[in-house]
Amino acid sequence: MDGVVQLQRQLLDYTALLFQEGFLNDQFTQLQQLQDETNPDFVVEVVSLFFEDSERLLNELANTLDQQSIDFRKVDSHVHQLKGSSSSIGAQRVQNVCIAFRNFCDAQNTEGCLKCLQQVKNEYSLVKNKLETLFKLEQQILAAGGSIPM
Amino acid sequence: MFSSIAHYLHYKSLPLHSFPPPLYKYWKQIPHPFLDMGSVAGEFVRHVLPEKVGVSDHSAAGSEELHVLAVDDSHVDRKVIERLLKISSCKVTAVESGTRALQFLGLDGEENSVGFDGLKVNLIMTDYSMPGMTGYELLKKIKESKAFRKIPVVIMSSENILTRIDRCLEEGAEEFIVKPVKLSDVRRLRDFIMRGEGEENRKKGNHKRKLQDDYSISPPLSPAASLDCEISSLLLPSSSSSSPECPSKRPRLWVED
Repeated sequence: MDGVVQLQRQLLDYTALLFQEGFLNDQFTQLQQLQDETNPDFVVEVVSLFFEDSERLLNELANTLDQQSIDFRKVDSHVHQLKGSSSSIGAQRVQNVCIAFRNFCDAQNTEGCLKCLQQVKNEYSLVKNKLETLFKLEQQILAAGGSIPM
Repeated sequence: MFSSIAHYLHYKSLPLHSFPPPLYKYWKQIPHPFLDMGSVAGEFVRHVLPEKVGVSDHSAAGSEELHVLAVDDSHVDRKVIERLLKISSCKVTAVESGTRALQFLGLDGEENSVGFDGLKVNLIMTDYSMPGMTGYELLKKIKESKAFRKIPVVIMSSENILTRIDRCLEEGAEEFIVKPVKLSDVRRLRDFIMRGEGEENRKKGNHKRKLQDDYSISPPLSPAASLDCEISSLLLPSSSSSSPECPSKRPRLWVED
């Protein structure tokens, strides 16, 4: 049972760190509260949708910004969507870059947009990594017969 | 059978499949403070959410669940709003566009209908920025429709733009919610709608909602009763000529906590 307790503590500490470092915000907690025995995979499912959406949007952004003549409205539309879904799962840092990104779109600033694209890709990569680590920890706890602490 | 017992002992609820559908349907009608889709009625019922999420009292609403039509082009947001609504004991139909929403309501040029399987829609929640038809345009279409203009429409948006909010409220939106939508938002909406429906049921002297065709009572027209008027129009047959003229601008009726 000791192993489970340790894993649980690890999970709580890791989650707290993610919040402290601004990767996640209260919206993520909201999602966790919507999970229960009848919907035990809710958070993983929503986050998976976020991963799918984000990857698609990041590709489209790269394409749109690669054009000879950039359609900034299109760029803005993609960023808006990315901002929306990151906000819905509580991915604070991704959301923040999107806000800056949109300002550069408004200003039709190509260089600014390209920088933001790079930044948002980085932040997305980071939060994806961290969430996957978090989910792995949860799986380990469940596999060891424990329950996920809240 | 025994796995069901083990399930119960562990989760203090019984898996849905332990019971034949007709029985489950009957149990869904028993009023209870909180009835989750995965549990059953009777003395075994307990809410399955963690304590901190809280329980609300449904006694005013009687036996019916609210049916909410949710419209959002974002896959993530659709999933979240669906869960928020289901956990708040609402039936949900989630669609990805205004066009689909109109199709569902039967407003896409075909004869008026109440939607899939005769389910009446009690509330429409729509995202504002969507490709094709925006939430604002959808709102306008709904308010232009005789059959559906009394259904409360709530706009959701990630952008807190005052002119946008004003425009939507002026067009008849019930409320404008800034995303991300929280459980407290959904609860508040549900309580508001149910209070209206509950009042209507009490006025009619029974707790069972009859089919639309059965309504023949005209509500009073005093200004104080404007809400009752609005809500009762929801329940009158769409083509009813005895339907009273209700004021088009509705006051916001609940107090923010």
